[in-house]
Amino acid sequence: MHIPDGYLSPATCGVFGAVMIPIWTVASKAVKKTLSVKQVPYLAIGAAFSFVIMMFNVPIPGGSTGHAVGGVLVAVLIGPWAACIAVTVALVIQALLFGDGGITAIGANCFNMAFVLPFVGYYVYRLICSDSPAGSNRRVIAAGAGAYVGICVAALCTGVEFGLQPLLYHTANGQALYCPYSLNVAVPAMLVSHFLVFGWVEVIVTALVVKYLQKQDAVFFKGGRF
Amino acid sequence: MKLTRKLWIGIAALMVLSPLGVILPDYFKAESAWGEWGLDQIQKMTGYVPQGFQRLSELWKAPLPDYAFQGWEGKDLFHLSFAYIISAFVGIAIIAGVALLLGKVLVKEHE
Repeated sequence: MHIPDGYLSPATCGVFGAVMIPIWTVASKAVKKTLSVKQVPYLAIGAAFSFVIMMFNVPIPGGSTGHAVGGVLVAVLIGPWAACIAVTVALVIQALLFGDGGITAIGANCFNMAFVLPFVGYYVYRLICSDSPAGSNRRVIAAGAGAYVGICVAALCTGVEFGLQPLLYHTANGQALYCPYSLNVAVPAMLVSHFLVFGWVEVIVTALVVKYLQKQDAVFFKGGRF
Repeated sequence: MKLTRKLWIGIAALMVLSPLGVILPDYFKAESAWGEWGLDQIQKMTGYVPQGFQRLSELWKAPLPDYAFQGWEGKDLFHLSFAYIISAFVGIAIIAGVALLLGKVLVKEHE
């Protein structure tokens, strides 16, 4: 889901950069307000976890590869704004140091994986778990469902961003200037692979860690600062 | 043991296991992720190089491209696995450091 340099036009990159700046500003303020000093180590653990789990490329035999993001898990544990910051840190370092995701596409990649993914996932989680007990299985299922919906909606956004490029930017004879694949190719490619495979990887990772943490310290699921 | 310590141990375990992320795709003959092809692959698939693509794709030279050392494209899985673990370690160290610093700057003790 990491869009490299060259796939998005400079204007598209600019739009997503401009969209992310207020989101990062609000995220910083929200983290300042909602996170306790005791939770700061979990911000770092969340960022490191998201980074390392993205290194586990899962193959579709003979097809493409993909990976979990872990963003919904972080959102469930320390809130979606903190997850936004954590995943942003991971994505920026991935782009700068490892060339995973373009530097011009940092705005778009953060929009998909550090904003859409944790927020959609978090609200699906909240909707399903409502006020069920912190140690309940319903919480595990809610987090898993949030993980699935979150990563699939993020994949849809990525597909749309790819797919709009050849419609918006092409030469007079129809050659694409940036991403050459249109919506009818890019959206199904991103969506189907996440529906069938990578979405479930995100579900398994999220549910396992939630289950483990419920036993370790249910404070994560009681809501609010701790 | 403190929970944060247990979780860091978990992340260290993931770091050591991370080469699975190169070994499994190789074993199952899977290509790169959709939409993350390089210039050559794009040209092979579409028959041309998108003009804007070429310019932008050469903007940035990452110091550890694709979680390996520069010039290590095509190395065997053993070497790539080694580079992958080193990359995971470097990445985790920097990311955890930056996130901790951000957290420390943003979060002050609440009354």
